Amino acid sequence: MEEIGIDVHAHHHVDPVVEYKASKLGMWLFLATELLLFGGLFAAYAIFRAKYPEMFHEEHKELDRTIGAINTVVLICSSLTMALGVASIQRGKKKLLSLFLLLTILFGIVFGINKYFEYGHKFEHHIYPSTSIFFALYFMMTGLHMLHVLAGVLVLTALLILSLKGKFSENYYTPIELGGLYWHLVDLIWIYLFPLLYLIS
Amino acid sequence: MNWLPEEASNLARNVDTVIWFVTIISLVFFFLITVVLVFFAIKYRRKSGEDETPYITGNHFLETLWTIVPSILVLVIFAYGFIVFKQMRTPPQEALEINVIGKQWLWQFQYDNGKTTINELYVQQNRPVKLIMRSEDVIHSFFVPAFRVKQDLLSGMYTYLWFTPTKVGVFDLYCAEYCGAAHSKMLGKVIVMSPEAYERWRKGEEREEQKGVASISPVQLGEQLYQQRGCNACHTIDGTPSVGPSWKGLFGHEVTLQDGTKVTADENYIRESILEPQAKLVKGYQPVMPSFKGILTDEEISAIIAYIKTLK
Amino acid sequence: MANHTVAETIHVPYLEEKGILSWILSTDHKRIGIMYLVSISTFFVLAGIAALLVRLELLSPGKTIVDAHTYNVLFTFHGSAMVFLFIVPGIAASFGNFLIPLMIGARDVAFPRLNLLSYWLYLLGTVIILFSLLKPADTGWTFYTPYSIQTGTDVILLTFGVFILGFSSILTGLNFIVTVHKLRAPGMTWHRLPLFIWSSYATAILQLLATPVLGITLLLLIAERVFGIGFFDPAKGGDPILFQNFFWFYSHPAVYIMIIPAMGVISEVIPVFARKPIFGYKAIAYSSLAIALISFLVWAHHMFVSGMSEVAATVFSFLTFLVAIPTAIKVFNWLATLYKGSIELRTPMLYALSFIFLFTIGGLTGVFLGTLAADVHLHDTYFVVAHMHYVMIGGTVMGFFAALHFWYPKMFGKMYNEAVAKVAWFLVFVGFNVTFFPQFILGMEGMPRRYADYPPQFHTLHEISTIGSWILGLGILIMALNLLRSLTNGEKAPDNPFNSLSLEWQIPSPPPHENFEKIPHVTDWTYGYGKKNNQEG
Repeated sequence: MEEIGIDVHAHHHVDPVVEYKASKLGMWLFLATELLLFGGLFAAYAIFRAKYPEMFHEEHKELDRTIGAINTVVLICSSLTMALGVASIQRGKKKLLSLFLLLTILFGIVFGINKYFEYGHKFEHHIYPSTSIFFALYFMMTGLHMLHVLAGVLVLTALLILSLKGKFSENYYTPIELGGLYWHLVDLIWIYLFPLLYLIS
Repeated sequence: MNWLPEEASNLARNVDTVIWFVTIISLVFFFLITVVLVFFAIKYRRKSGEDETPYITGNHFLETLWTIVPSILVLVIFAYGFIVFKQMRTPPQEALEINVIGKQWLWQFQYDNGKTTINELYVQQNRPVKLIMRSEDVIHSFFVPAFRVKQDLLSGMYTYLWFTPTKVGVFDLYCAEYCGAAHSKMLGKVIVMSPEAYERWRKGEEREEQKGVASISPVQLGEQLYQQRGCNACHTIDGTPSVGPSWKGLFGHEVTLQDGTKVTADENYIRESILEPQAKLVKGYQPVMPSFKGILTDEEISAIIAYIKTLK
Repeated sequence: MANHTVAETIHVPYLEEKGILSWILSTDHKRIGIMYLVSISTFFVLAGIAALLVRLELLSPGKTIVDAHTYNVLFTFHGSAMVFLFIVPGIAASFGNFLIPLMIGARDVAFPRLNLLSYWLYLLGTVIILFSLLKPADTGWTFYTPYSIQTGTDVILLTFGVFILGFSSILTGLNFIVTVHKLRAPGMTWHRLPLFIWSSYATAILQLLATPVLGITLLLLIAERVFGIGFFDPAKGGDPILFQNFFWFYSHPAVYIMIIPAMGVISEVIPVFARKPIFGYKAIAYSSLAIALISFLVWAHHMFVSGMSEVAATVFSFLTFLVAIPTAIKVFNWLATLYKGSIELRTPMLYALSFIFLFTIGGLTGVFLGTLAADVHLHDTYFVVAHMHYVMIGGTVMGFFAALHFWYPKMFGKMYNEAVAKVAWFLVFVGFNVTFFPQFILGMEGMPRRYADYPPQFHTLHEISTIGSWILGLGILIMALNLLRSLTNGEKAPDNPFNSLSLEWQIPSPPPHENFEKIPHVTDWTYGYGKKNNQEG
């Protein structure tokens, strides 16, 4: 039996390539669990929409399509800036990365502010999660999504701080890529939520 | 198989045959596996540290065999179980329909002749019955072991089951779905009567307990109702608190309510507590008692009060 | 031969460093594994005490020691603690953490810090659940709506605790999958992996895919109670069976999260003590995956009498039978491994053989419950209670005890007292059967489950069952004392006391912090027992 010699004191990951691949696989698996988490809500949506088509048709009119559409555009823009951020650091442009991260965060915050007013508006009209099954779905789905946006903004802020400290380069940008994957997922889920809730008919 | 209860419905024999069938196949496999296990453990026990063992990593024939044989067997079992299940779920057209309501923690049965009974289901021998069931609160499950039937009761949706009782007698009815504090007290009886007796009961000729009858004293009637209406599920008569307060020493004494006020448990308080249980809830108990409005007649309420008075 | 001689190491055994901080801040997979082992064992004992109290109450009809509500609280705590705090993390988190890197020749799991986070989340979940005991829930571990919406007890804290545990479970699963994919030593191909790794891998997939659905289900249940949404509440237009569908979509795969790691343990123990290669390696490996995948399609077999359609019941009954086949294959393969072996009945082997015997009973009685017509009678009776305990104790816990006695010398560097361990095994085996076999009969006779009280005709069998629980409890007590005492008084364990060929036995006991001085180069599978030139069949 032969043994290949590897430095014992090195990090347990035998080499950075393995670490990079492991991190990416881990992130994809995590995204799969996120999809399944929302999957439960989508299943509930399908069941209740089949059961109460009129309710969905009538009550979705209470939702503000304009804010919904603006938020959709905002999130798509944020996905774009995120992708540009990843592209920048791959080419070693550190300052550009920080700029794009900042933009992405700002878009995320704008999304949150819009959502704040949207929810406030609903409460003024005495629409709560307990109002009906439709609004229960609306609040649960967008609320859970909003929590993910919030988490995303926090993660991106941490990445921005690290980026400003110069931690990333064209040789090491795994966290940026992972953060980007997560942010795209958050965006993608909204792309499904918007038509399912706001654009029924 | 004497492990299974008496077979008292048309479905019981068929279900038992399925259970028997599965039992025999299971026993064959069980004995096969156990005998081989014990035999190998003894025959091939270690004699010395230098025992030579063959290097066997698999055998295609055996592996195929023990994949295919169980596959065929489970398919047969599935099909057999399905055929009988189909029968259990297909009530005959002429079945007599009875409405069943489950609530914490009693059974209510409504018959086509307008009668209502609590915790006692009256059916006729050899006549198919279809139960149309719903719950007024949480999930319950109607289970009569002697008939081999079971079905959950839901609120907001009807469920049903059917059977034809084949033996005259009294059979246990259980709630099989956990439904809270007095789940194990949500018991009832199914009373299977001969056609003649059933006809008399239907017409109300036979003296049934649910109408107060002059020939027994109010106290005796109250004592009967305590059992029949399921009061005993939550109220003891020996002083130990259960889901609800004990009836012992209740009458004429002060009780402390949820908001701290005190009232005396007199006739009117007890009457109100039976008809509107949540109106004056005794401190330390959950608001779980169902209303008996429309279930107990005034005469019956008086009888229960009379009975409570005797419990000192 | 996978005979890896490792030079005398100067490296420090992983147990060397002392102090509580060196544990709870450690990212060493071995320490995390031990922390899980200690935690889950603690809850096994607590939930076991609750079970003894449940059995004591059932000793005789009427009130024996506690009232009905307290009884309901006891069985709820017993069920939820056993399921969520002991058996779901169970073998996977404790032995999985300790063994996976050792068995595949890695220095740690893929994400050591994430691994520690998983453990902290587990602790957080347990703390929340313990707090819920201030006003303990009485819903049963299944939290069925609408009762769980209606009851005045603290369902929110309990379910929130389980929700947090779900995160822990997901992150552990994710970590293990990536570890097995990316950190195998050179030469450790998929088909050379020990079967414990295959089973851990299948379990991790289940944890990853099923747990999020439990997460959202519990969130919705909490939202029902806090915000008054009505998904599960018929009074608000919701669907009372939807909760059951969601719940079992997680909880049936969770049954396999509980049992598959134990199957992995059995596949490791039997070849070592029979000195034979495992029979049908690929069949066992792939049947783990097959069970994992089919288990997502069978959830509604818990609901044949719930009010769902007959068509659905038929489909789910059919799919349920499919899961029986890979399970049967495993049992036959283990039996065939014994053939012409040189069988040594050490304690781990006794537990492994008990597993085969008891799990066979558990599996075969499952066939009754998958059969539509039979299930109508047996559903929600003691037959189900008995079946479930034959699978969970007879299966998983026997596997857990086998693992405990098998890897104890490796984990702690000490040997336990073999004679005492065998006495404990005997009491556990006898006590278990005396406790649970009568429950099959009770169920056939129609005794419903979750009853605080019962009609007198069931008295005798309940009495026998309760006496059995004392024997079982005594057996576990003796086992625990033996293992605890051996931590300090046990003889020093050799590196490889059972002559296993698996990688974890080729390094010192207890292993050094870095696991391997040099990453091994693997040239053969780990089951190369027996004489190759003597090949037959």
